[in-house]
Amino acid sequence: MSPTVIARRLSMLAATLSTAMAASMAASPVQAEDLRAPEAFSSIGDTAERSRALFVEAGKVLQHPRCLNCHPVGERPSQGNDGHPHSPPVVRGPDDHGAIGLQCATCHQAANFEPSRVPGHPLWHVAPKSMAWQTRSLGEICEQIKDPRRNGGKSLAAIQEHMAHDSLVGWGWHPGGNRDPAPGTQAQLGALVAAWIDTGAACPAR
Amino acid sequence: MSLSLTVNGARRDFDGDPDTPLLWVIRDELGLTGTKYGCGIAQCGACTVHVDGRTLRSCSAPVSAVAGRQITTIEGLGSRAAKAVQKAWVELDVVQCGYCQSGQIMSATALLEQKPKPSDTDIDHAMAGNICRCATYHRIRAAIHAASAQLAG
Repeated sequence: MSPTVIARRLSMLAATLSTAMAASMAASPVQAEDLRAPEAFSSIGDTAERSRALFVEAGKVLQHPRCLNCHPVGERPSQGNDGHPHSPPVVRGPDDHGAIGLQCATCHQAANFEPSRVPGHPLWHVAPKSMAWQTRSLGEICEQIKDPRRNGGKSLAAIQEHMAHDSLVGWGWHPGGNRDPAPGTQAQLGALVAAWIDTGAACPAR
Repeated sequence: MSLSLTVNGARRDFDGDPDTPLLWVIRDELGLTGTKYGCGIAQCGACTVHVDGRTLRSCSAPVSAVAGRQITTIEGLGSRAAKAVQKAWVELDVVQCGYCQSGQIMSATALLEQKPKPSDTDIDHAMAGNICRCATYHRIRAAIHAASAQLAG
């Protein structure tokens, strides 16, 4: 490797480290929040009340920044643990995979890329507008999730499968960089959603 | 680890860490320095290349992700849309300092190849990730429209 190349790489490294240190100071990762298992709610005698409590627990995941950031109400997703506007200012585009010429895959690759701390997944995209969660109450999100006209035509069983096994949902627990993971585990979320459905899929007040 | 790349239509081999950012391979190993290093974190667009005709920030992609795919850098642009963009860029004297311009041209060309008659909004959305420290944005937009007109003519 030539001295010029070495000097350039050292310069790049210094710039990258400087940016990384600033980002680290701005938002340090924290310990993942716990998620209670369905059994923790068995003392609630009223079935509908227990169902609502189960959904509120699952809501810790649904309303976590790892999920909310890509369920925008408008055209633009947000990012970070504080849900600030996405930078660069991208839009959902015609198919929720970004604008023509600036698609999600322009920056987001098949896996998290730690040298630049850009998150990634093969299916990276924003949720359709009908599935917007930002600014919505948990009760509104619950009704939305159950509504086949807004949930992509899914049955409750398909919703549970999506929450429990979809790999893009699963990214929320392996976000890389200094992003906080979603609470608990994907399996725990799946168990909570299954228990919520089994108890009648009742929704919290809007 | 040895990887086989196709860069500007030619086969190029890379023997190194598969997680090396594509930008470093393009610039340091292949000597194609038209693609620029700006931020290193996919925030500025200076490192934009095409992979299978779509834009990609080469600073944020591991070289292993593009093995076997068609990589085009600013040095290899040759499509009809690319020639229209280059002509419009010269005619409108778009460039000021020039550092970001190879990335701007890569994004503009990708846009026109996918949407030959873009609106102002299409242009703003496609170019939103390419920062210009000289703020040549109005000339860039005008040049994309001029290139589009050339393609239609």
